[in-house]
Amino acid sequence: MVNVRDLPERELLYGHKACPGCAAGTVARLILKVTGERTFLAYPASCLSTVTSIYPQMAFAVPSFTAPFAATGAVLSGMAAAVKAKKMQDVTVLGIAGDGGTADIGLQAVSGAVERGDRILYVCYDNEAYMNTGIQRSSLTPYGAATTTSPAGKAGGAIGEKKFKKNLFEIMVAHRIPYCATASVANIADLLGKVAKAKDTDGPSFLHIHAPCPTGWGFAAERTMEIARLAVESGLWFLAEYQDGRVTLNYRPKEFIPVREYLKTQKRFRHLGPAEWNVIEEQRDREWAVISGRWEPAGREKA
Amino acid sequence: MTTLSKDLAASRQFISANDAVSYGVRLCRPEVIAAYPITPQTTVVEKLSEFVANQEMDCQYVNVESEHSAMAACLGAALMGCRTFTASSSQGLLYMCEMLHYVSGSRLPIVMMNANRTVAAPWNIYGDHRDSIAMRDAGWLQLYVESAQEALDTVIQAYKVAENHQVMTPVMVCLDGFVLTHTYEVVKVPSQAEVDRFLPPYAPTENRLDLAAPKSCCISVSPEWQTEYRYKQHAAMQAAKKIIGDVDAAFGAQFGRRYGGLLEEYRCEDAEYVLLMMGTIAGTARLVVDKLREGGVKAGLVKIRSFRPFPREEIVRLAQGVKGIGIVDRDISFGYEGALGTEVKGAVQGAAPAINFIAGLSGRDVTKDNIEAMYRKVIDLARGQAEEEIQFVGLRWEQW
Ligand SMILES: Cc1ncc(C[n+]2csc(CCOP(=O)(O)OP(=O)(O)O)c2C)c(N)n1
Ligand code: SF4
Ligand SMILES: [Mg+2]
Repeated sequence: MVNVRDLPERELLYGHKACPGCAAGTVARLILKVTGERTFLAYPASCLSTVTSIYPQMAFAVPSFTAPFAATGAVLSGMAAAVKAKKMQDVTVLGIAGDGGTADIGLQAVSGAVERGDRILYVCYDNEAYMNTGIQRSSLTPYGAATTTSPAGKAGGAIGEKKFKKNLFEIMVAHRIPYCATASVANIADLLGKVAKAKDTDGPSFLHIHAPCPTGWGFAAERTMEIARLAVESGLWFLAEYQDGRVTLNYRPKEFIPVREYLKTQKRFRHLGPAEWNVIEEQRDREWAVISGRWEPAGREKA
Repeated sequence: MTTLSKDLAASRQFISANDAVSYGVRLCRPEVIAAYPITPQTTVVEKLSEFVANQEMDCQYVNVESEHSAMAACLGAALMGCRTFTASSSQGLLYMCEMLHYVSGSRLPIVMMNANRTVAAPWNIYGDHRDSIAMRDAGWLQLYVESAQEALDTVIQAYKVAENHQVMTPVMVCLDGFVLTHTYEVVKVPSQAEVDRFLPPYAPTENRLDLAAPKSCCISVSPEWQTEYRYKQHAAMQAAKKIIGDVDAAFGAQFGRRYGGLLEEYRCEDAEYVLLMMGTIAGTARLVVDKLREGGVKAGLVKIRSFRPFPREEIVRLAQGVKGIGIVDRDISFGYEGALGTEVKGAVQGAAPAINFIAGLSGRDVTKDNIEAMYRKVIDLARGQAEEEIQFVGLRWEQW
């Protein structure tokens, strides 16, 4: 566990140009507070690169670089190899990438890095579309969301994104990675604790963090945390952890709030009505049935 | 620098050019190698894995899942101040295209070997220069070699050039697939101590990731600044022209072998008809030059070693007093001509009439007869006989 009060004052991501209310910026800033000054950071082309490192204004205070969009996993492997070659001690090799840079174009490279067992910490901040290039859909865009490449058609036309979000966490679990977890920007204590565990993992670790985007999702900047929380409470996002070969569900709402309460807060879902809300709710229930069957709830004693 | 128990002593070995490359790399002590196999490069990465497995090299060998990742891993390691190596060919080289630009723009002195092989479609695993030529503008130095010995020696020279602080630009050492990569010859393998003396450990510039002086690298640069970055890349490449020559001369002084720097001339002093080419074709062409000379024809040849930077001044000088030029390309830029043809013609600016021969595509043999026919055509051209400016050598439906 990390106590928020123990976090260092010093900012290692400071003065970036993300939109007001951007969860990605907050996530990156908080992660660096845990990994600290002895961090080597790589981040691919994404909102994060665009808002932090346009010459001559550099926002990261740790050695860092913009990786090619597809290559974050591989550059981290190279950096981890360099750490070994140079016999460096007590450093974190950190990657922070978007959902596109992780689940789509970068999936092969991150899979390779994890499979090789390199000591890296890979973070995917999930804003559920390619935001940097103007809100195009990714394989982590949720069902029904309107994006610029999955637009909602005129009456009777397309419903927006036609596919359900893929389960990136289970893809990582399938690698038998030493540590991986999901987290939400709404649940800071849980998030920081997971970063600390990942940092201390002797091998690859992976965090998938839900990161609402006011600009891409269509909500007011001050509602970021509220919306992130609604995602968790409605069961459209889950908090889980995989270590020592087992998955733990960290949190299960006593009762899910109706998905429409989440969906109605955002412009990307505004064209949806009761029929689509139902589809989403049914999918959520199917997903949770699978999760509950496979994963252990938090608190249960290990057999 | 640690001395491994298995440090190489100087030896003469009967090995393939791919093995010669591997020995060259081993002697340069890269700290990180990341590579992905592809014919005809495979035996290089296999040999290097073996060296590492036998603890004959003190090196991190990263088994990546693609060529894009191979170069990306080298990028990450090089940014951390490591000497790195990779090797590829053909489809693999094209697959890492994005990364080649990334590395050169980031000014990292990575050295790679390319086993020249054509590119699909149609599929073919044999040699021509279409893969590396397609990467001409990726900002890498490109050195083409002719023999296994030159391959080994050029790998060592390549690090010395790339890591020169005036250059800080990656180098691709190109070997003709199979004809060179898989051909065995007796190679002098220098001792580790000799190479250590020639090539000290890599001393990076401040352009790297450093905990003591944190920096952001490979950043975004706006139109107001980007041109200056490009100018500096170009200036470094221009500076490399002299440094390639200097390094080759220094290598010659220490090891007794040199290759002419940017290009090698053969019997060009009083030559009237000159063929220019890259790679192994030069070996065959030398024999043809000798034969023609015996018959009283003043033939000469130029083996261009450095395609980038391009030895413009040297070629302009060579063209003075020449009656006819032939440029042999193992590539074709469809809709125009061979890449070397374009460069050479652009340099000599009509000082002598020229034909561009497209030959040896996808491993097609280029025979002595073919080369002699090329000289004859250049002579005909110089005598005012009509000749096509671009000719595909040995087309099945033509008489050659
Ligand atoms: C090879 C390549 N293809 C496409 C792009 C264009 N591109 C840059 S960032 C980006 C989307 C990034 O999306 P994501 O990873 O989700 O990060 P976000 O911008 O949402 O933070 C795209 C498509 C690129 N830079 N490189
Ligand atoms: S578009 Fe979204 S993810 Fe990108 S900076 Fe703005 S709020 Fe953040
Ligand atoms: Mg995104």
